Amino acid sequence: MSITDSPPRAGTRTARRRRSSDRGFNRGFRWIAVGAGVLILVVLAAVALFLLWQAWPALTAGGDELAAEVPRFPADTSFLGYVGPLVFGTLLAAVLALCLAVPVAIGIALFISHYSPRRLSQVLGYLVDLLAAIPSVVYGLWGFLVLAPVLTPFWLWLNENLSWIPLYGGQASTTGRAMATVGVVLAVMILPIITAVSREVFLQTPKLHEEAALALGATRWEVVRTAVLPFGRSGVISAAMLGLGRALGETMAVLMIISPGFSYSLDILAAGQHQTIAAYIAADFPESTGLGINTLIAAGLVLFVITLAVNMTARWIVARRKEFSGAN
Amino acid sequence: MAQRIEVKDLNIYYGDFLAVQDVAMTIEPKSVTALIGPSGCGKSTYLRTLNRMHEVIPGARVEGKVELEGVDLYGSDVDPVAVRRNVGMVFQRPNPFPTMSIRDNVLAGVKLNNKRISKPDADDLVESSLRGANLWNEVKDRLERPGSGLSGGQQQRLCIARAIAVKPQVLLMDEPCSALDPISTLAIEDLIGELKSEYTIVIVTHNMQQAARVSDRTAFFNIAGTGKPGKLIEMDDTSTIFSSPAEKSTEDYVSGRFG
Repeated sequence: MSITDSPPRAGTRTARRRRSSDRGFNRGFRWIAVGAGVLILVVLAAVALFLLWQAWPALTAGGDELAAEVPRFPADTSFLGYVGPLVFGTLLAAVLALCLAVPVAIGIALFISHYSPRRLSQVLGYLVDLLAAIPSVVYGLWGFLVLAPVLTPFWLWLNENLSWIPLYGGQASTTGRAMATVGVVLAVMILPIITAVSREVFLQTPKLHEEAALALGATRWEVVRTAVLPFGRSGVISAAMLGLGRALGETMAVLMIISPGFSYSLDILAAGQHQTIAAYIAADFPESTGLGINTLIAAGLVLFVITLAVNMTARWIVARRKEFSGAN
Repeated sequence: MAQRIEVKDLNIYYGDFLAVQDVAMTIEPKSVTALIGPSGCGKSTYLRTLNRMHEVIPGARVEGKVELEGVDLYGSDVDPVAVRRNVGMVFQRPNPFPTMSIRDNVLAGVKLNNKRISKPDADDLVESSLRGANLWNEVKDRLERPGSGLSGGQQQRLCIARAIAVKPQVLLMDEPCSALDPISTLAIEDLIGELKSEYTIVIVTHNMQQAARVSDRTAFFNIAGTGKPGKLIEMDDTSTIFSSPAEKSTEDYVSGRFG
């Protein structure tokens, strides 16, 4: 760049040497950039191929064969009938977590970006980031030992008084080791990432748009509603999808809290109803061999596909209203 | 519906820094008042005190009085939100809400404060506001398209339509043409000439020909040096300011000898 812009000095040795080393850097940087991009594709393809290759025996085996070799495989069903409840449990846990976490995260992000005094907002920002630094096994311990007992009376109350709502029906667990508790723990775990990304997006709202709203006589909430939230909409969706991705794949916390089961039940307060794919793989892997391992890997493949589909849906949602976004 | 603004002993601060000192000024209704002066002299800052937009900057504050038909805008029982509904503003760079359609942009101010408006009323308001901003014929077939898809000059007129849709008494314009090409500028200047029959208009401009073309009265602001407060040097009929101003510095500025 600098070479082409500067007046021609060809002929002097320094200029020629600088030009050649500059070109070297240019080319080197270009290859590093291209290489990094290709590496991502290679890793993704390698993982997908590994999953397909290892899952293939389980995908092609008959139900009877699987039932004979795989522990906890129900009789008279195919692979799909077996993985179905796991997919259901995974999605239920992730959606519960997302429903709980997104409104709270948007609230915290808005408070930090537009309401709190500057000093408080910095402290709050650090605290939220700290939540992200807690290992998931610690969340699992905390959920099992602390949160579950605390929440149980509340779950029992919901079950007693609001059981006409499908989610709160069934026989509520007296230990709190049910999907509802998992949802709460997962919500806490994905809160930091959603909050952090939303906060950054809200802070980037152009001053011009906020002032436009203010000059029309908007209150602080109306500025948020007319300028900040519409501008941050696609960013918040991306943030939620990042959180959803983490919730879908979360293993340790779910494994430690939930009392597993294989059903399509919506009773999130009941024990022994649900299991997620990731937690199921972790739980059964140590005692599996042969076709059992292939079955677990096939379940992993399903999770991979779900996560991919979620991400692509999110991108599609964001792209659909591109011309109304703040980008142009 | 236009109203008179009376400014008395106004001092404008950013924190401890005195940005504009001792302004006293009467702005007549149904006229265009231009604020001119070199960069940094505080004319934009002063303009923003007329609808209490100055105070949204952290640490910014004001001493003195700005009276709209005798009511002090900085009185303790005055809500800044109400002031801004009464005193509209158009900014230097066109700023339609990018996530809203043209129609929704015009209605944005009206829909604030949870006001409900029936669809026929809304349609009428959209049309009259866009006609008022000389934009109706250009956009009437694409009211549902995003406002950010218009040209710069059209966007600025959309912002003017949005500002007049809430039926303010006063319209403040902060260098409304500085980001526009000459043809769009001409369109906005024509529009200002039409709007002054209904509104009190105050316009900040760096373009002295523009001040001479559009305004009835002109106020010249100046600054003694960096770090010193800006001051109102003199205010008079525009023809007087540009032909025989009372102050030497005004004459130097309008004749292009500095600034």
